[in-house]
Amino acid sequence: MRLTGAQALIKSLEMQQVETIFGLPGGAILPVYDPLLDSSIRHILVRHEQGAGHAAEGYAHVTGRPGVAMVTSGPGATNIVTPLMDAMMDSIPLVVVSGQVATGSIGTDAFQETAITSITMGITKHNWLVTDAADIPRVVAEAFHVATTGRPGPVLIDVPKDISNATMDWYWPSADDLDLPGFHPVTEGDPALVRRAAELILGAQRPVIYAGGGILKARAAQALRALAERTGIPVVTTLMARGAFPDSHPLNLGMPGMHGNYTAVTAMQQADLLLALGSRFDDRVTGRISAFAPGAKVVHVDIDPAELGKVRRPDVAIAGDCRVVIEELLTALDQLGLDGEGVAAPSSPAAQRPDSAPWIAQVRQWQQEHPLRYRQEEGGPLKPQFVVEALRDMTPDDTIVAAGVGQHQMWASQYWRFDHPYTWVNSGGAGTMGFAVPAAIGAKVGRPGSMVWAIDGDGCFQMTAQELVTATAERIPVKIAILNNAYLGMVRQWQELFYEERYSEVYLSPDLPDYVKWAEAMGCVGMRVETPEDVAPAIDKANAIDDRPVVIDFRTDAFEKVYPMVPAGASNDDIIEGPAEGEGGR
Amino acid sequence: MSASTTSRHHILSVLVENKAGVLARVASLFSRRGYNIFSLAVAPTDDERFSRITIVVDVESAPLEQIVQQLDKLVNVVSISELAPERAIERELLLATVEAGPEQRVEVAALAGIFHGTVIDVASDRVTVAVTGTPDALDGVEDLLSPFGIVELQRTGRVALPKLGSRRRLQPVADRAG
Ligand SMILES: Cc1ncc(C[n+]2csc(CCOP(=O)(O)OP(=O)(O)O)c2C)c(N)n1
Ligand SMILES: [Mg+2]
Repeated sequence: MRLTGAQALIKSLEMQQVETIFGLPGGAILPVYDPLLDSSIRHILVRHEQGAGHAAEGYAHVTGRPGVAMVTSGPGATNIVTPLMDAMMDSIPLVVVSGQVATGSIGTDAFQETAITSITMGITKHNWLVTDAADIPRVVAEAFHVATTGRPGPVLIDVPKDISNATMDWYWPSADDLDLPGFHPVTEGDPALVRRAAELILGAQRPVIYAGGGILKARAAQALRALAERTGIPVVTTLMARGAFPDSHPLNLGMPGMHGNYTAVTAMQQADLLLALGSRFDDRVTGRISAFAPGAKVVHVDIDPAELGKVRRPDVAIAGDCRVVIEELLTALDQLGLDGEGVAAPSSPAAQRPDSAPWIAQVRQWQQEHPLRYRQEEGGPLKPQFVVEALRDMTPDDTIVAAGVGQHQMWASQYWRFDHPYTWVNSGGAGTMGFAVPAAIGAKVGRPGSMVWAIDGDGCFQMTAQELVTATAERIPVKIAILNNAYLGMVRQWQELFYEERYSEVYLSPDLPDYVKWAEAMGCVGMRVETPEDVAPAIDKANAIDDRPVVIDFRTDAFEKVYPMVPAGASNDDIIEGPAEGEGGR
Repeated sequence: MSASTTSRHHILSVLVENKAGVLARVASLFSRRGYNIFSLAVAPTDDERFSRITIVVDVESAPLEQIVQQLDKLVNVVSISELAPERAIERELLLATVEAGPEQRVEVAALAGIFHGTVIDVASDRVTVAVTGTPDALDGVEDLLSPFGIVELQRTGRVALPKLGSRRRLQPVADRAG
């Protein structure tokens, strides 16, 4: 069968079971948009290519399948650089197809020419410039394989216009036809190391499981739960791992790190064993690294061998897929005498295990003495935490939450109760403002049966709000809660605390733009809430709307700050819990 | 390169796919992760699908293991071997043009000769010499030539092979070709 390169590209995407492409056409990608008309693939026309990228990320977050975006050359391609970087930081499988000028024009500064493979070299797992139409099916198959195998990540395929127009004989490559001689990720852990890890677990007095986003990538939430329950070890879930272990589980200590809760942070500091599973000792988690968990031995499991020892030298380093390695660990624990119920066989190595009761009691005491706290005064300004709690309590417990970046993101992570994996969509490693709206749209496309709320900041919202036009046009009923504090609040918080309240370029205004009118202009239902009493009715109303997007402008207290906080560069021992109860957020 | 830096040197022999842009990927990785390179040389191999990049890295800028693991993540990198300096034979080529009128010419030629180098070009007031040797020896040559006045100097960066008879030849530190 003779096909054009463009037809072969679309057919290859169909072969990869792609259902949705987020994109926006232009000159160099025109040939590919033509066969798209005859394809079963749904194309969602975004209003800015950054939106296409984040929507594809949101889709990938909640489905575990690669998100796909398509853009034209030059500015179309550079507009999706930020999502590629974001996906690289958070290990999101993303396949971006970009148009390129014709091969004969490459290097001549042709109209809308840019060397996007050079630009994205450091922010993709790999990228390809296709130079022969006959390569297209193989390259597409390689791209999906690389994006989804091992540590997931973004890839880009750059397709020159003449290659799209050229013809080729259609084929679909088998696994053996892929030309990837240097790509063989490990998945299984070394049995001797797994055994050593199991022994450390049985010997520990103050162990903590430090679960990262890799748990979700490896679809290891169930395995993690089995490990925690069998060993009785408490679990912290990083910003990228919220939902990987149920917040309502008694062994869950919540989020660690810069804005983590006291117990999660302190338990790690005091631990004698950290079981790091799919986490990467990010500076936002460790604080000053030299002071991080000083007494802990470290077992580090990650599918990316480069993470092992990158930041903290582990005592046992296991390269492998988290789900596979956790299952191997369970088997090793079995062999050492710890059965599925967590009961030790008499005179087995597990029977020598130290009593875990004092450690659990210590953790419980911290939890009692150091809860997250804020106070919603009657008649006082609306507190952002109050809004998050109301949303949490008034939505189904498998609601998907997408967040922007800033204070609202931290409150969302702190106050939501994540009881299901793949319900938290956020930009962790990159901290990309503007992520929430398009990511929520992508999430809703991926899981149309779930309710999707974005918890966004007023600053973030202004970066990508126009994608709500896309949502209205495509009938994607997402709901957006803007925690409108009239500021670039997180930056304002740092200026208040560390720059002597010298506020430099952080004021935005509560009513410029008018978010309700803006929402309505984009075909959404717009509402405004200024008092605590109005919160619940507005959420009720929003929950009942299922035929268009909804935006609620919550006017929240600009002075509220995110606590606890470990200042940048400080030791996690120096966690600041914020003003005492009743002092308010000032 | 002085002797004191030698301990910081590790030689990586990196087998890569012979595809457009591979060198750029390697170079870009070193630059974005802040790894220092003392030298880098690329050459074809007997298999036209692959090239070999010999990189001398500074392990003071990052632990060798981390450099290797990050390199190994590049999809086009097929395998990486480390050549321990004490088990490697290393050579580098130096070309230098120095100021030398008729009187100094003989002196420069003699100097090059001591290092088994040769004069490869002559003008009335300059000569160009070529010397092959270990990087340390070439450091010495550079020092000895500089009093004449170096006009231009180029070095290739080292290439290396394992010493014959050393128990293990290339020590594979990351090998995904299998
Ligand atoms: C694209 C981008 N630019 C700048 C920043 C730095 N930054 C981090 S949080 C923040 C403020 C966000 O403001 P808003 O969306 O209103 O959220 P708030 O902190 O007020 O909840 C800024 C500017 C960023 N993370 N991303
Ligand atoms: Mg704000």
